[in-house]
Amino acid sequence: MTEPLLRVRDLKTYFVTEQGSGTARAVDGVSFDVRPGETLGIVGESGCGKTVTSLSILRLIPEPPGHIRPGSFIEFEGRNILTLEPKELRAVRGNQIAMIFQEPMTSLNPVFTVGDQIAEAAIVHQHLSRAAARRRAIEMLQLVGIPDPEERVDHYPHQMSGGMRQRVMIAMALVCHPKLLIADEPTTALDVTIQAQILELLERLQAELGMAVMLITHDLGVVAGTADRVVVMYAGQVVEQAPTVELFAHPVHPYTEGLLAAVPRLDAPSLSLRTGGRGRLHSIPGQVPAATAWPDGCRFHPRCPYAWDRCRAEEPPLLDASQGDAGTHTARCWLVTEPQRRTRRP
Amino acid sequence: MNIWNWVALGGAAVAALLVVAVVRRRASASASGRRFFRHPTAAPGLFVLAFFVTVAVAAPLVAPYKPYQQIDIVHLQNRSPSTRNVLGTDPFSRDVWSRLAYGARISLGIGALAMLVAVTIGGAVGATAGYFRGWMDAALMRLVDVGLAMPRIFAMLVVVALWDHIAVPVLVLLIGLTGWFATSRLVRAEVLSLRERDFVAAARALGAGPGRVIGRHVLPNAAAPIIVSAALGIGNVMLLEAGLSFLGMGVPSPAPSWGNMIADGWPKIAVAPWSATFPGLAISLVVMALNAVGDALRDALDPRKEAV
Repeated sequence: MTEPLLRVRDLKTYFVTEQGSGTARAVDGVSFDVRPGETLGIVGESGCGKTVTSLSILRLIPEPPGHIRPGSFIEFEGRNILTLEPKELRAVRGNQIAMIFQEPMTSLNPVFTVGDQIAEAAIVHQHLSRAAARRRAIEMLQLVGIPDPEERVDHYPHQMSGGMRQRVMIAMALVCHPKLLIADEPTTALDVTIQAQILELLERLQAELGMAVMLITHDLGVVAGTADRVVVMYAGQVVEQAPTVELFAHPVHPYTEGLLAAVPRLDAPSLSLRTGGRGRLHSIPGQVPAATAWPDGCRFHPRCPYAWDRCRAEEPPLLDASQGDAGTHTARCWLVTEPQRRTRRP
Repeated sequence: MNIWNWVALGGAAVAALLVVAVVRRRASASASGRRFFRHPTAAPGLFVLAFFVTVAVAAPLVAPYKPYQQIDIVHLQNRSPSTRNVLGTDPFSRDVWSRLAYGARISLGIGALAMLVAVTIGGAVGATAGYFRGWMDAALMRLVDVGLAMPRIFAMLVVVALWDHIAVPVLVLLIGLTGWFATSRLVRAEVLSLRERDFVAAARALGAGPGRVIGRHVLPNAAAPIIVSAALGIGNVMLLEAGLSFLGMGVPSPAPSWGNMIADGWPKIAVAPWSATFPGLAISLVVMALNAVGDALRDALDPRKEAV
């Protein structure tokens, strides 16, 4: 197997809360790999630590109140990101690892033209002249499918729609041909048709530029169409990770199962015409607990339909649930060792 | 006042009009420029500023006399405005208009330069404190607290009193160095909110260092309040300089500043109101023009206010 491009081991990012109500363990021991050229989907509800994980990789966590705990390890191409000097770190950001953010409406600087902003990374990292950087910006606009790039390059963000701005964000991120693109909910703020276009664009660019993509989303539908492998996060931990096809076919963790059941499907009884669309969409009861007080034992047990005594007392490690090669499918659930307890569908 | 002075004065007015016309033409190319001139008082304000700046630059041409020249100390004291002395003469028999024209150099110059000093220091301190926060913020802001608590005019009087005659550059520095505290607070408050904005995070994710992030992404977005406060600040500085000069502690007589002109004319205000009134009017006019232009600039530089 190829060496991973990014290796995250036991990442713990904590936040000290203001009122002294304790430490929020937003990311609490997360490990995963991203291999060169692959798309890794990271899925979970709001508040489960997806965004903090991605910000931690670029060390963009605001300190204070946040800090990455000693013992955490983020290795990119053999170098530990957490021990880089500020200058070395800046050489990685935007150049080797780039990031696009959730909100295209607020992630662009309102006082500069989009061309200026796309050119910025090229000027910072490749020391291009202004004229060369401008040409580069026009090329990038073309690459991300914005019509009339020569004209658009001089437009300000407020002159563009949300979908266009997200394309501009992608152009900004890809200017230096990064090896890893972290896309944090890139389509959440967009409507469905634009969402499909943006995902298609990301897929095309990934193929053209040969980069790895870490796609962070709460939408399993997005993951199904694009990711090679999926990491499911819950309560600051990885609860299940598997190749996409296997995860959808054989979800092991009840949380994953719940997420899958909660996706509306046109062919499912909940929406089908035969039941008149009156069936109810499944939802996972309860909500993600506060990061200052994760439950003892398995963190999902208060919401889990199968939970038994052991789940309340003992926190499960990531257990191997692979059907094929060992280690390809792991889940943080005691059901792996006691499958007979999976009694009813959630 | 001879014919050439009138021609020069007319020329100054035409030049100011030209400045307004050229700026308006250039501005019409951009949305923000159009927003600037949509302000009804922007063009008149710009005209007043351009006019006084031209007069200051062309003072030897528009002024019939040297600013220190006592025309006829026996017969020409406190003369009312006439064709010869268009704004009258002061108690020392000097031509008020000539002193006003030369005084524009000193008063406008001190205002602009002192504000430049204040905005530079205030901007740097505010941006540093707001962006890096932590102990730097605490230390700098305590310093600012001390500065704001200091009774400025007394502190300056103390410093000024240490010397007999204070050179104008020293006065500029003094006003600038005691005038940045409020600006730094303003900038810090802006920076504190701007540093949390998504595009700042995006810039950091792009690999931009703190200098670049502050210089390109934070401060330009704080430009509107800084410029507005600077425009208002120039007015304040001019008033402060006028006050100091009025007290005899600012620009030393006989060099003309609008402040010490008021001081010179003040004792005879009952019989010769023009020698104190006209410099006072000039100060008010320029301060109002600065306010008008500052307001229009704020609207123009805020792209979030898109044209309807």
